[in-house]
Amino acid sequence: MRAYWKANQLKLAPWLFLTPGMLMFAIYVIMPIFQSVDISLYAWDGLGEKTYVGLDNYKELMDDEAFYKSLENNIIWLVLYMLAIPAGLFVALFLNQTVRGIRIYKSLFFFPFVISQVVVGLVFSWFYDPTNGLMNILLNAIGFDSIAVLADEDYVTYGIIVAGLWPQTAYCMILYLTGLNSVDSEQIEAARLDNAKGWRMLWYIILPQLKPATFIAVVVTVIGALRSFDLISIMTSGGPWGSSRVLAYYMYEQAFSEYGFRMGYGAAIAVVLFLIMMLYIGGFLYKMYRDERGR
Amino acid sequence: MFPTPIEKTSLNSQRLYKIALPIALIFWLLPLIAVALTSIRSAGDINAGNYWGWPTSFNMLENYTAVFTNSPIGHYILNSFKVTIPTVIGTLALSCMTGFALGIYKFKGNMLVFFMFVAGNFIPFQILMVPVRDFTLSIGMYNTTMGLALFHIAFQTGFCTLFMRNFIKALPHELIEVARVEGVSEIQIFWYVVMPLMKPAIAALSVLVFTFIWNDYFWATVLTQGADTQPVTAGLASLNGQWVSSWHLVSAGSIVAAMPPVLMFFAMQKHFIAGLTLGAVK
Repeated sequence: MRAYWKANQLKLAPWLFLTPGMLMFAIYVIMPIFQSVDISLYAWDGLGEKTYVGLDNYKELMDDEAFYKSLENNIIWLVLYMLAIPAGLFVALFLNQTVRGIRIYKSLFFFPFVISQVVVGLVFSWFYDPTNGLMNILLNAIGFDSIAVLADEDYVTYGIIVAGLWPQTAYCMILYLTGLNSVDSEQIEAARLDNAKGWRMLWYIILPQLKPATFIAVVVTVIGALRSFDLISIMTSGGPWGSSRVLAYYMYEQAFSEYGFRMGYGAAIAVVLFLIMMLYIGGFLYKMYRDERGR
Repeated sequence: MFPTPIEKTSLNSQRLYKIALPIALIFWLLPLIAVALTSIRSAGDINAGNYWGWPTSFNMLENYTAVFTNSPIGHYILNSFKVTIPTVIGTLALSCMTGFALGIYKFKGNMLVFFMFVAGNFIPFQILMVPVRDFTLSIGMYNTTMGLALFHIAFQTGFCTLFMRNFIKALPHELIEVARVEGVSEIQIFWYVVMPLMKPAIAALSVLVFTFIWNDYFWATVLTQGADTQPVTAGLASLNGQWVSSWHLVSAGSIVAAMPPVLMFFAMQKHFIAGLTLGAVK
C-alpha cells in the first residue's frame, strides 16, 4: 500500500485532493440539474406521489401568459442591466484621479455593492414610496405629480431594475478602476503627442486596454440580470398582478408559495431559464478554452 | 476627461473637480442617506409624516434598541454568523485542495473538471432549488443553519476553485520541482510549500465569501424558516412585513443587517477588491 502510493503519488495526488470538493459539488450542483430535468416531466406537489406527465408541463408553458410576461421581463432586465457597464466606466473615469481623499471616495462609491440586495430593495422601496418617499418629494418640488413606481404595471420593472443597477454599476466601476490602474502610460503619452484627446483617446487608446475588465463586467452583469430574484421578492413579490415577475421569481412562486406546490411545473420553468443561461456559459467556456490553449 | 491627470489642468477645473466629488457622492448615496436619516427619527415624526423636515427629536438610540428588543434581529444575526463562518471555512478548505490539484498537476481530465467548477458558478439557482431542498430534507437538515451552510460550501467551491487554481498556477513552479527532487511528498508540498504562499488568496476569498453568504437571501428562504434558523436577510424581509409603515424601524433594521459585511469590507478592502477584480487585468 505504502509502496504503491510512493510509486504512483503523482497520479493519485490530484484525485485525492479533488475528491472532497468534487463530491460536494456533484451532490449539490451537478446532480440536481439532472434531477430538475427529471422532475419537470412529472406533476408533483412535493409531498405525495409523482405522476408522470411527459412534456405536459412544457406544453402548458407554451400557453401560459405569465410565462411570456416573465420572459419578456427577463429580456428587459438583460438589456437594461447592460447600462451598468458604461455607467461603471463613467464613474471609474470620473474617480480615476489622484487628489486628497480619493481612496475614501472610491470605497464609498463602491458601497452599494457590499450591502445585501434585501437592504437595497428596502432602501429603494422607501425611496419610491408614493406618499413620503424621497423621489416623489423631489418630483413634487419641481412640479411633477407623484408616481407610485412599484404599484404601476408599466413602471414597476424599470423601477426595480434601477435599484439593481445601483450595486451593479458599483461593481463595474471597481472592475474598471482596477483596469485603469494598469493602463500603459507610455501609450497614452505617445497618443497625446499624436494629438489624441477626449473621446478619441478613450475609444482608441484606453478602451482596448480595458478589454479584460469589460469582458468580466459583461459576464457578471449578464449573470446578475438573469439571477434577479431578491429585489423582486422584496420590492413587489412579483406584483402588481404578476407584472414584475421574471423567470427566476415565477419558478419560485410556482414551486412553493401560497398558490400551491407545483414542483414539476416550476422545474420546467427552471429548465428553460437554465437553457438560456447555458448559451452564455457555453460562450464563456469557449473563450476560456481558447485563452488556456493560447498560454 | 480621463487621461489628463487633474493636477495638469487649469486651477479652475481642479477646483470644480473638488467640488463635484462630494456632490456626486451625495447623489450616489442619496437612497442610503435617506434611510440613515429615517432610522434616527421618532415614531411621532413618522406618524405625522415629518419625514424630510428637521426631526422633532433624535431617536437613534431608542430606534436601534427597539430593533433589538422588539424583534428577533439579534437571533437572526447570530444565525447569519452560524451559516457564514462554517461556509467560509469549509469552502476555503475544499477549494485550496481542488485549486492545488488543478493548478499543479497535469493529468487527463484536468480541464474538464476545472470547466465543470467554472460552469457551475453560472447556473441559475432555480434549477437546483427543488432537488437541493429535497436532499436537505432527506438528510434531516432542512431548517438548520448547517444544512444551509452545506449547500453554500458546495456552491461557492465552484468560484473559489476558479480563483485558487489561477492563483496557484501563477506561483513559480520551480519551487515544487525542487521540493520533489528533495523527496518531499505531495501532501507535504501542499501543506508546507504551497499553503504558506496562498495567504493572500485565502484572505481575498474569505472576505468575498463572507459577504456573498451574509447577503444571500434566496437560499435562506428555500432552506430555512422561522426566527430560530433564518439568517438576517430573510429575517429582515419578514420583519418588513410586520413593521408596515414603521419606516424608522425598517431603516434601523436594514442598517444593522448591512453592518457586518460593510465593516468587513472596510477592514479588508484591499483583499476584497483583489478578489473581485480577478481577471480584470491581463
